[in-house]
Amino acid sequence: MKADFGVRCSGASLPAVGDVAEPVLYELSHPGRMATTLPALDVPPAELPPAELLRESVDLPEVSELDLVRHYVRLSQLNWAIDIGFYPLGSCTMKYNPKVNEAAARLPGFTHTHPYQDPHTVQGNLRLMWELQEMLKEIGGFAGVTLQPCAGAHGELTGVLIMRAYQVDRGEAQRCKIIVPDAAHGTNPATTTMSGLEVIEVPSDARGNVDLEALRALCLAEGPTVCGMMLTNPNTLGLFDEHLPEIVDLVHGCGGLMYGDGANLNAIMGVAKPGELGFDVMHYNLHKTFSTPHGGGGPGSGPVGVCEKLVDFLPGPLVEMVTYEELERDFGYEDEDAECDCGCEDEDAECDCGCEDEDSECDCGCEDEDAECDCGCDEGDEAVSFYLVMPEKSIGRVKAFYGNFGVLVRAYTYIRMLGGEGLRQVSEMAVLNANYLKSQLQGILPISHDRVCMHEFVAQGIIAGAPGIRALDISKRLIDYGFHPSSNYFPLIVPEALMIEPTETESKETLDAFAGALRAIRDEALTDPELLHDAPHNAPVRRLDEVRAAREPVLRWKA
Amino acid sequence: MTYVPHTDADRREMLAAIGVERVEDLFHDVPLACRFPVLNLPEPVSEMEIMAELQAMSEENLDVGHYPSFLGAGAYNHYVPRVVDHVISRSEFYTAYTPYQPEVSQGTLQSIFEYQSMVCALTGMEVANASHYDGATSTAEAVIMALNVARGKRKKVILSPTVHPEYRAVVRTYTQGMGLEIVEKDATECMSLLDKDTACVVAQNPNFFGQIEDLTGLAEQAHAVGALLVVVVDPISLGLLKAPGDYGADIVVGEGQALGNGLNFGGPYLGFFACRERDVRKMAGRLVGQTVDREGKRGYVLTLATREQHIRREKATSNICTNEALCALATAVHLAALGKTGMRTLAELCYHKAHYAAERIAGLTGYLVWSHRPFFKEFVVRCPAPVAEINEVLLEEWGIIGGYDLGRDHEGLENHMLLCVTEVISRREIGALVEALGDAATEVGQ
Repeated sequence: MKADFGVRCSGASLPAVGDVAEPVLYELSHPGRMATTLPALDVPPAELPPAELLRESVDLPEVSELDLVRHYVRLSQLNWAIDIGFYPLGSCTMKYNPKVNEAAARLPGFTHTHPYQDPHTVQGNLRLMWELQEMLKEIGGFAGVTLQPCAGAHGELTGVLIMRAYQVDRGEAQRCKIIVPDAAHGTNPATTTMSGLEVIEVPSDARGNVDLEALRALCLAEGPTVCGMMLTNPNTLGLFDEHLPEIVDLVHGCGGLMYGDGANLNAIMGVAKPGELGFDVMHYNLHKTFSTPHGGGGPGSGPVGVCEKLVDFLPGPLVEMVTYEELERDFGYEDEDAECDCGCEDEDAECDCGCEDEDSECDCGCEDEDAECDCGCDEGDEAVSFYLVMPEKSIGRVKAFYGNFGVLVRAYTYIRMLGGEGLRQVSEMAVLNANYLKSQLQGILPISHDRVCMHEFVAQGIIAGAPGIRALDISKRLIDYGFHPSSNYFPLIVPEALMIEPTETESKETLDAFAGALRAIRDEALTDPELLHDAPHNAPVRRLDEVRAAREPVLRWKA
Repeated sequence: MTYVPHTDADRREMLAAIGVERVEDLFHDVPLACRFPVLNLPEPVSEMEIMAELQAMSEENLDVGHYPSFLGAGAYNHYVPRVVDHVISRSEFYTAYTPYQPEVSQGTLQSIFEYQSMVCALTGMEVANASHYDGATSTAEAVIMALNVARGKRKKVILSPTVHPEYRAVVRTYTQGMGLEIVEKDATECMSLLDKDTACVVAQNPNFFGQIEDLTGLAEQAHAVGALLVVVVDPISLGLLKAPGDYGADIVVGEGQALGNGLNFGGPYLGFFACRERDVRKMAGRLVGQTVDREGKRGYVLTLATREQHIRREKATSNICTNEALCALATAVHLAALGKTGMRTLAELCYHKAHYAAERIAGLTGYLVWSHRPFFKEFVVRCPAPVAEINEVLLEEWGIIGGYDLGRDHEGLENHMLLCVTEVISRREIGALVEALGDAATEVGQ
């Protein structure tokens, strides 16, 4: 089986990708070229600022539009991507990114809206966000969701700050420690430090669960200083912790909160709701679980769900909905007589109709067509409307504006097309694929734990009879076979880890071919190990000198 | 539609290979009481139906394509050349992951290296990373970096009140557990507050009100006490204005959206982040470096990873991993499309049009242009009535989306509007705005 990487772009005028070195944009530059047009100045010019505030010029490349297009098309051909082939990076959930999502996010009515437009002019956006909040609450089993965080790590920071704010609010400011398992993603301890808190690490047991006795001892010793625990479940070994209820009880028992790292939610949608499992906070990765593209490293989106007692601490603004029925019920709203129907019963509400001030003359003008109020109650036919609020004890904003809206549109589209049953099917097939692939690797590579796995599992790059072979060699050789490698050397607690996550969108044939490649590589390791040490042989570049990159950093182009 | 390819036969064969009877048998570790809850979600719909629904939903909005908009305040309506979306729509870019396997990620890596190079050129700095989430979070990360450069020994941070209010809010959110003293004073006042405990001064240029500031003196004062100067900057302005690196900035950050990324109701955007080479190991975020492969051929890798969470865990400079790579790619493509000449022309278009609009508005009864020259593409106008009321007339009667209501987050600036004019606004639209404002003054003022 020979890899076809590179074959894609072989053609009369192009050498095989493996031989191409695409120049840096600056090397393509010729003074006087430009790849775009700008309108002519149609107003009288103003006097420019004083010379000491101005610059001569900006050193940017000058290329034609064709140069530019060819450059980026050629660069794109040096990439591996989901749309090219299997991408089993553990913990990254590299599932198919549906094309309809891209079309949805590019609808001009969405893309051409400014975040500071008056809420009544962006009801479509706010409706979508509100519905997504509601759907994520349902999937996760939570009482509140913020869409603001831009990535998983950003969601973690948000979640941990919420936990800390809750503890401080109830007079437990001494709770400054977060329990983190040794199997955790690096972001968990990094988030803890960033939040001004201290990490206490808890080991894993032989079956890949949190070591319950160690946790018990820790809770006993550190109980009054524990802010909470961050737990990825299923964990980074791809295993659902067999003692989850006991872990939750221990942490809650000593006054701590449970943070769920939702990186691995793809295994349990419709299988279990993290909120019902006892998690108080969790971030979702829309760019993993909900099929939004990874983009070569973002943009992602990391909404955070919380249980009832933490809702007031969420970062804002959140989107809220009011219905006429609610207005009627809550405020005795009666048509023309209503003083204010904007729904801002809360004195601290963010509604900009200004009626939080009791004495103010409400100008939201319930029946007035020209009303300013963003509650939308002027829209005679609309049964509901949406507005932005800042929760009462909010930790504050975690970014400007409201979240990665374009990513939210994609995730919304995905959830709406799948529905509840569809999401459960996603998780079931993700878990079926992982267990099947694991079964096919028996006898080829060691598997870290002999248990039913969830959506991923950890193999080891160790081959009996080929002592010089490491996980890295196997990974690089996989490239020659036309597969993206799995995640390497993570989790740290498994020697020579190869963390494999096939996702639900891959077919049995692909999994069989991948297992076949690993079998062939195992055989090569025994007969011709150099083939692995020197791999990849069929990629745009050979193994790169990372040590040199770090010792003599070249971080920008220099003439 | 679940995008799942499994046939019934596949399932049977796979279950047999695993050695279980049913898919449900794979979930025995999930506590029984919580297993297989009903997800109460809307019924699934087809692609055709969801697109129709989303089309309708998107049309519930009034968009700046149909209503000329004078809103800026950190999110800018610039024209994005078609070539940008063409490039970022290539699925070799958008369906790739973070380039951890450099041999099969040279496209992403080189494009980031080029982005870093162009951001350095624009800001006049030596090093730029692969991006942060947005302008606000890159500002917060700049503050944290300054604390790290001072090895945690300095606890005071001076934020100019002319920095975007939401950026200042995010700095406070990010640093709430760090026991800092955050002072919000303007540039002149903060000179007197600079001391040996100050980690950094954060200023914005052009500032939140659009005003161009001369920060040269501030840089000198900050450096005199060993503090860093962090400058938040609009990248479009750098086609015209002196690079912050040339007036002493130590860290330059900002919102990159204006280059290559649409308004998108506030995201996804990207925070650009540049610093001095001497501080690079204290910088958070991914960095791409040039190196060679085994055969001596030029190639690119993620580098200086020992700063990052996946290596250093609780000792990392930040927890950031996923950033905004595709948005940074869009920025790079736009920058390269503009090139040296286009960047200058674009900045001048904004500058001249904004000044023209200000001059026209200054001639209106009831309005006062509060900004002094020179400003860049935004300026402040005092209105004869609350901004909300003026904007209502603008929208309802003229189909114009008016400026930002400064009263919403600036005490004392009630009735003050921040107007933004970019190259997408024509002279005719400026004329319409002026007429509409005059109309609004009459209508609301009485």
